[in-house]
Amino acid sequence: MKTTGTVTGIVSNLVTVKVDGPVAENEICYIDLAGVKMMAEVIKVNGDLAQVQVFESTRGLKGGDKVEFEGRMLEVTLGPGLLSGVYDGLQNDLTTMSDVFLKRGEYTDPLDREKLWDFTPLAQPGDKVVAADWLGEVKEGWLPHKIMVPFSFKGEYTVKEVKTAGQYNVDTVIATLTGAEGEDVPVTMTQKWPVKVAIKGYREKPRPNRIMETGVRVIDTLNPIAEGGTGFIPGPFGCGKTVLQHAIAKQGDADVIVMAACGERANEVVEIFTEFPELIDPHTGRHLMERTTIICNTSNMPVAAREASVYTAMTICEYYRAMGLKCLLLADSTSRWAQALREMSNRMEELPGADAFPVDLSSIISNFYSRAGMVVLNNGQTGAVTFIGTVSPAGGNLKEPVTESTKKAARCFYALEQNRADQKRYPAVGPLESYSKYLEYPEIIEYLDKTVEPGWVAKVLAAKNYVRRGKEAAEQINILGDDGVPMSYHINFWKSELIDFVILQQDAFDPVDSLCPIERQRFMLDLVLKICEKDFEFEDFEACRAFFKDLINELRQMNYAPWQSEKFQQYNDSVLKRIA
Amino acid sequence: MKAYQRVYTRLEGITKATVSLRAAGVSNDELAVVAGRLAQVVRTKGDIVTLQVFSGTEGIPTDAEVVFLGEPPTLKVSDQLSGRFFDAYGHPIDGGPEIDGEERQIGGPSVNPYKRRQPSQLIPTGIAGIDLNNTLVSGQKIPFFADPDQPYNQVMADVALRADVDKIILGGMGLSNDDYLFFRHSFEAAGALDKIICFINTTENPPVERLLIPDMALTAAEYFAVDKNEKVLVLLTDMTLYADALSIVSNRMDQIPSKDSMPGSLYSDLAKIYEKAVQLPTDGSITIIAVTTLNDGDITHAIPDNTGYITEGQLFLRADSDSGKVIIDPFRSLSRLKQLVQGKKTREDHSQVMNASVRLYADAQNAKTKLENGFDLSDYDLRCLAYAKEYATRLLAIDVNISITEMLDTAWELFAKHFSPAETGIKQALVDKYWVK
Repeated sequence: MKTTGTVTGIVSNLVTVKVDGPVAENEICYIDLAGVKMMAEVIKVNGDLAQVQVFESTRGLKGGDKVEFEGRMLEVTLGPGLLSGVYDGLQNDLTTMSDVFLKRGEYTDPLDREKLWDFTPLAQPGDKVVAADWLGEVKEGWLPHKIMVPFSFKGEYTVKEVKTAGQYNVDTVIATLTGAEGEDVPVTMTQKWPVKVAIKGYREKPRPNRIMETGVRVIDTLNPIAEGGTGFIPGPFGCGKTVLQHAIAKQGDADVIVMAACGERANEVVEIFTEFPELIDPHTGRHLMERTTIICNTSNMPVAAREASVYTAMTICEYYRAMGLKCLLLADSTSRWAQALREMSNRMEELPGADAFPVDLSSIISNFYSRAGMVVLNNGQTGAVTFIGTVSPAGGNLKEPVTESTKKAARCFYALEQNRADQKRYPAVGPLESYSKYLEYPEIIEYLDKTVEPGWVAKVLAAKNYVRRGKEAAEQINILGDDGVPMSYHINFWKSELIDFVILQQDAFDPVDSLCPIERQRFMLDLVLKICEKDFEFEDFEACRAFFKDLINELRQMNYAPWQSEKFQQYNDSVLKRIA
Repeated sequence: MKAYQRVYTRLEGITKATVSLRAAGVSNDELAVVAGRLAQVVRTKGDIVTLQVFSGTEGIPTDAEVVFLGEPPTLKVSDQLSGRFFDAYGHPIDGGPEIDGEERQIGGPSVNPYKRRQPSQLIPTGIAGIDLNNTLVSGQKIPFFADPDQPYNQVMADVALRADVDKIILGGMGLSNDDYLFFRHSFEAAGALDKIICFINTTENPPVERLLIPDMALTAAEYFAVDKNEKVLVLLTDMTLYADALSIVSNRMDQIPSKDSMPGSLYSDLAKIYEKAVQLPTDGSITIIAVTTLNDGDITHAIPDNTGYITEGQLFLRADSDSGKVIIDPFRSLSRLKQLVQGKKTREDHSQVMNASVRLYADAQNAKTKLENGFDLSDYDLRCLAYAKEYATRLLAIDVNISITEMLDTAWELFAKHFSPAETGIKQALVDKYWVK
């Protein structure tokens, strides 16, 4: 017997429902508005009054309207066909909706139920299996998409039967398992999972031990993010958060990319739809869209679904991780999600925390970040979810609750600075404030020694130190004047400018410079450090400035030239001649 | 009158902006008439309904007559809207007849993001601070950030009249009567009245009425863009006064304010308006240019701050002492969509020229700081300062009106006059082609 109720209160999208039976926290219900069923989620219960957040506009809703509770939490459908999908925060397929405008109460199936997939069995009758074990696989684009024992299964099962290789749709029973009590359970290619619960079913979650390449120098060289690591990008508006995030999405070395456009501009998502199908994944040579899923709940879409969107995106990543794949989740922006929480908390008249955010904001954020990570699956293979979120601090002030809470949860910090953006020094990642905790991991240091070059981390730290010394010199020059400081100050300043212009800055819109593979990054850092390590002497500071400006110009032209091309070599030779 | 009308005559509570009463079967967002004034349902709690009275509650007695109208605010749309001036409720204020047309609910649903198309059509304005540095694209949403003493309404009117669009829809919120007449006269003088539609709330009208203006303007815009495949430019001035009205209502409803006494939902409220900007696959588009007035240039205040996160850039007006003119500040201004047209719809050197000219202007600001601190200036500093003055006068000032190619040529001319090619840091191939010898 389903619990039902009637609407007794409405403030914007917070609706109070008088219920006639049991309801659970986060349970899903449907409100009937003149035949249109609107989805809502229970967020608070008080006596027989449940407060629900409605995932749609509540315009026209009346006291007395009927509500039906579903006895389940908000779930996503998992199965082959999620990649290259474009979904809203509740996983409705936006591409199959016919109208130009989003219609209230229109829910579309996230999967194509008709499409046939090439199935190959992996398990054999008699195999003992537990939740998340692989039963078979289909080819989704070029990726092996594993069909798994549903995550909700508890205990050990015996495989009774697996379908032979062939073409089946997602609803075909591809295996039958026998449970401990001797009961037979059918398994299809799809399963459902509640988004707010992390998918487990792996053996262990070790510390990350390798780097995820992004092709962005200021990340890979100076503040690398680990595969299965977490990072965040806070910055005032106009500092290039979105450009940086799109660069990571295009170039990140991952099998699966899920982009959650959470409360952001619709045109940014349109940019992804428009450009990604044209772009080629630099690592596999396949179309970028084939590995990308977009969860899009733009700022004008209902607020409650905004909160759901990041969870939906994370759950999809965890699903692919369980197949032994490397996933990258990009969420832009987690501040909008926090604001959605604030709006609801406000409407429920809860006592507010700092800046009117709910008091448990910090724990909600760290809980979410903790779902990322590298895992060792039951069969010994590894999978990873790397998570990078952006934060939009109010007024550009990093001392605000969302930034502070995220800083506690994320291991990499890419601070975008207004000052750098004003000077068009993009990406505007501040070289000194930003950090990657992974540079302190012995596993990562060892990995970089092996894959980039021995002693790499020491070089990175040396580069950072040149920047720091340059900044100190610049401050002194500003106070004392060009003539008031010794020549060494000018040299230190220009050495840091050299690192800034050649390593830190990168043209995201240039076809060559936008993507800098780690091998090239190594070459450029070595070259720049070679210059920095040299002692220079100049007549006066004008000569110093001129020398470095020319040098910087040539090194920048190198960045624009194709790797190891004739032009590249020419500039390289010229640079070496200048410093000989 | 409609059959299902319900009439009540007993108010339980009155605040400056809201009234509450016991009523049954009332739907959320529905309109009502309270003592002859238009009001809208904003909260239902048990059998108590709270109504926001647009024109304020002064003089409303507890036994006022309340009639529920059964539907949210609507606008009648048809081609008859062209050339007309309306108040916040969509009633003509130009002495002309009421509009015949299809009645549409305002503040309707959003466009499915997947049905949008990427904006790609340049909107030239002749102003180099915009076209060169912050190129506008149809389907974009962008505000002017300006202090109240700056001529933002004039610049906006210039931009609107020079832009090649089918309809210009002005939503005026808290406009002074003088500014309202200014817009009216500029549109008349330009002979553009037939493509103008205005929804006007002046400072003489009650502030809460303003809340209807953007939705009215955008409902009309959607009619022309979606139904008629037209290019529509919507001007919204001043969105700061709109946000102030939001905070009045939320305050009267005892909501906990967040930053700067603004409601916690400010971001979503503003986004609902700005995100109506769209490029449709059918060639119709809605472009929004708005004004957000600042308090002494403070962009960290909740209103400009939230706006900046929603809009696709901002145009920052500033009085410049070098040139003695109002300029579009190249550092704080940004058009996020500019790379969709720069070098694609304009000459190939556009983005490199823009970046170099702004970078050199930044160097000039550093030189200026040195000068102010009493230090000797280097030769480079002096050249930067000379360049900055010319750059501000000939390109950044808002009274410039030239084509984009002329802007690029002017920039190359300034580079050659003051700098060596290496100092500009421009790609060699472009220097070879465009450097003025």
